[in-house]
Amino acid sequence: MSLPVRPKPPLRRFHQARWDEPIVFELDTPGERGLHVSRPEQGLSAVVGDVVGSLPAGVRRTTPPALPEIAQMRVLRHFLHLSQETLGADMNVDVGQGTCTMKYSPKVNDRVIRESGLVDLHPLVRPEAAEGVLDILWRLGRVITEISGMDAVTLQPAAGSAAIWTNVAMIRAYHRERGEGDTRDEIITTSFSHPSNAACAKTAGCTVITLPPDSTGYPDIELLRAAVSPRTAALLITNPEDTGIFNPRIVEFVDIVHAVGGLTAYDQANANGILGITRARDAGFDMCHFNLHKTFSTPHACGGPAAGVCAVTTELAPFLPTPVVARDGDRVYFDHDRPQSIGKVSPFYGVIPNLVRAHAWITSLGADGLRMVAETAVLNNNYLMQRILGIEGASAPYAPGRRRLEQVRYSWEELTDKSGVTSDEIGVRASDFGVHYWTSHHPHVVPEPFTLEPTESYSMAELDEYADILAEVAREALSEPEFVRHAPYRQTIHQIEDHDFDDPRRWATTWRAYRRKYLGS
Amino acid sequence: MLDALGLDDIEQLYAEIPAGLRLDHRLDLPEPLLAEADLERHMSTILSQGAHLRPRLSFLGAGTFPHAVPAVVDEIIGRSEFLTAYAGLPYEDHGRFQALFEFQSLMAELVEMDVVTVPTYDGFQAAATALSMTTRITSRREVVIASTVDPDKRSKIIDYLGPQVVAVDVQSHDANGLADLETLREVLTERSSAVYLETPSFHGALEPCIEDVAEVAHAVGALLVVGIDPISLGVVQPPAALGADITCGDVQSLGAHQWFGGAHGGFIAVHDEPRFVLELPSRVFGLAATSVEGEYGFGDVAFERTSFARREEGKEWVGTAAALWGIAAAVYLSLMGPRGMEELGETILARTHYAMRRIASVPHLRVLHETTPHFREFVVEVSDSCGKAAEIVSAMREVGIEPGVPIGSNRVLVCVTEVHSQADIDELAGEFTRAVRG
Repeated sequence: MSLPVRPKPPLRRFHQARWDEPIVFELDTPGERGLHVSRPEQGLSAVVGDVVGSLPAGVRRTTPPALPEIAQMRVLRHFLHLSQETLGADMNVDVGQGTCTMKYSPKVNDRVIRESGLVDLHPLVRPEAAEGVLDILWRLGRVITEISGMDAVTLQPAAGSAAIWTNVAMIRAYHRERGEGDTRDEIITTSFSHPSNAACAKTAGCTVITLPPDSTGYPDIELLRAAVSPRTAALLITNPEDTGIFNPRIVEFVDIVHAVGGLTAYDQANANGILGITRARDAGFDMCHFNLHKTFSTPHACGGPAAGVCAVTTELAPFLPTPVVARDGDRVYFDHDRPQSIGKVSPFYGVIPNLVRAHAWITSLGADGLRMVAETAVLNNNYLMQRILGIEGASAPYAPGRRRLEQVRYSWEELTDKSGVTSDEIGVRASDFGVHYWTSHHPHVVPEPFTLEPTESYSMAELDEYADILAEVAREALSEPEFVRHAPYRQTIHQIEDHDFDDPRRWATTWRAYRRKYLGS
Repeated sequence: MLDALGLDDIEQLYAEIPAGLRLDHRLDLPEPLLAEADLERHMSTILSQGAHLRPRLSFLGAGTFPHAVPAVVDEIIGRSEFLTAYAGLPYEDHGRFQALFEFQSLMAELVEMDVVTVPTYDGFQAAATALSMTTRITSRREVVIASTVDPDKRSKIIDYLGPQVVAVDVQSHDANGLADLETLREVLTERSSAVYLETPSFHGALEPCIEDVAEVAHAVGALLVVGIDPISLGVVQPPAALGADITCGDVQSLGAHQWFGGAHGGFIAVHDEPRFVLELPSRVFGLAATSVEGEYGFGDVAFERTSFARREEGKEWVGTAAALWGIAAAVYLSLMGPRGMEELGETILARTHYAMRRIASVPHLRVLHETTPHFREFVVEVSDSCGKAAEIVSAMREVGIEPGVPIGSNRVLVCVTEVHSQADIDELAGEFTRAVRG
């Protein structure tokens, strides 16, 4: 063939990197090493003698750890291969991981944190030396109070669920303070709130009451009325929920719980569509939390490090984890004098690199920018929804005729009924085109679910690209279901045989366990 | 897009939000910095405040540690794919699953246990969850803390275990800073779910009696949970070999910079026994075959135990935590190998003991528990005639040295790692000498 090059076909002929990469232990080459380490100086050794040999019997390691011996370049190459075999958000139109808010993590913010000198700063240096980062933390806290309408914040939780735990721990402390710690032992949440709301409540010693959706998709308010009592410690609720549906009666929910003396905590993992539009405080909430790795752009990093922040009313501020960032005139400092604090939830002050990144992101946008983020996210989502609902076999249960905000939980139920192909299987075949999606938390209240959340970061063309791929896979499912069910074909590996994950005799949780169980060593 | 949706105004998309809940004013935030260069300059200006006061030499530890981070580690965790991936399947995210499986596997060799979790938030959480697990496994509600533990970590443990669980503290021996076996024996009962031990302790003391503690705990049907720092395990015996039932700790030392205390990841390790494995809240990735020979696949082991699968019926909870620090640790351990870890351990031991000797010979200073082997940290006590520890520290800060973390009114926790040279330690001793004299 000669020039000109014909136009590209409508769908990418993608193939994931496939390196057939061994497990790192298989690269073991006795005698090799990846790094030399600093050694004690001769003069120093002369003073201390054989420090290892003189360790007591119960302390000294008797056999070397069976780590592989590999040269540096080979270690680098091995992990570069694995990185290539990972579909980072940067690499694809990552609108499929609903609830995760896979927006662009600006590279400039990675540079800002690296150039700041923070990278090697110890948390207990003299406070004057940390003036800069303290200033950023103070500013970030102020911004969070403005966005939420709340009075006080903590930046300490390591991620979203950690922030939920922090709120639950404060709720527990609040009721104990009032002598009701033993009697207020029930927490109410909803099916479409993140499972960590239920799980953190249980971990704190509470009984969990979960409100299912009513027929229109809103959490059932009548069941809430029936569930509240003097035993109610709190309501933990997300709004909009993972379905993307905003509950317009949210104030009533709050009032019902307040009427029995319970607290209300707003899980704002799904804040991306409502920044600058509506606030937790205005709905009457006592506390809320945000996920900085979702709404505020910090990179997802394969599952953390992330960052969570909690914002509370003045009444709950005394219970915040210690220290809080405080200001006295020009001086910003860590206030450790917090007698009613729940104590520590994390070491030191929080996930500093992400706190700084989030602050930089907000600073680049300002009020109008945040508003534009929310509106664009909602617009993108509604456009994508229109495209998806145009695919045969796809539907969006609940709230018929009503708008979703920033994400939608869809169902492939019709497609599955016609073709036998499940949502999981469609997702795997989609990966052959360089995209993916997330289905839903368990239980799958919505049958054959998939949850898409475009965020503000993608253009119309990119949303079309994504929808075109799902449309293609859906077409394949109807015409050649068996082909779809045996995907993937263009991935790093082929179908995983997953029967060895739940049997204790067969599961292989590490290479050494695998060798012991299967290779006779 | 509005056209495609047949709308005139974006406001129509917000119809579900009642008017009464609509914010009626613009958020009161500083004006934005749209230009990238303006943003960088603004952030840099703020962050550099106080930079001239940063120490030129620091011996600060107490939970966040100054270790050498290999360039290859920073290279790998800076890779865009690893930095921005999240929760994809073991197909398109095969690399992420393999990297974390390798983290689990490399840690398993250090700690000599067959099951290691994907990282949790940090070492505080790891200890808290490990102890929480013991209450479930034994159906008992009392934990005994038998080492000198970071007060912050203890605070987290107490908050996490909640009012239903009692924590009993057994103070270390005054003489040697180690676990008081006699008192421990007295305090342990059939109500005890676990003993919590740390080696090195918060003061850097290496515990030689883990086997004895294990025996004493097991005698009453309690479990032994030992908190460690994996960086020591090139030269220190893994507690599992001495009877520990659960090993836990923080992975910051393995390839994470200090980040002002904001770069931590935790791990929990157990033997491959269902009664332990099924109590772990975090994800554990396992190996699988695929439909093609010679291919490795991965997936979640015993997923049904997690809150992802069963909400409040799962164990504690699981969520986004610290995966990338786990990948950093995997790269670190792959680079170091057994010899690197052994030599590193030796270097740290040697420099720690050298520092202890040099400082012990400074007038008016005493090194606590001098005859107990220490790893990476030790406590210096200032005699009353020299003023408070805080004053000594202030004086040394004026010449650009952070000598350590003041604890109590007359003690300083000094941290020495492979990044400190003999000359650095000599300088520390010299400045201590000047400071106590003045």
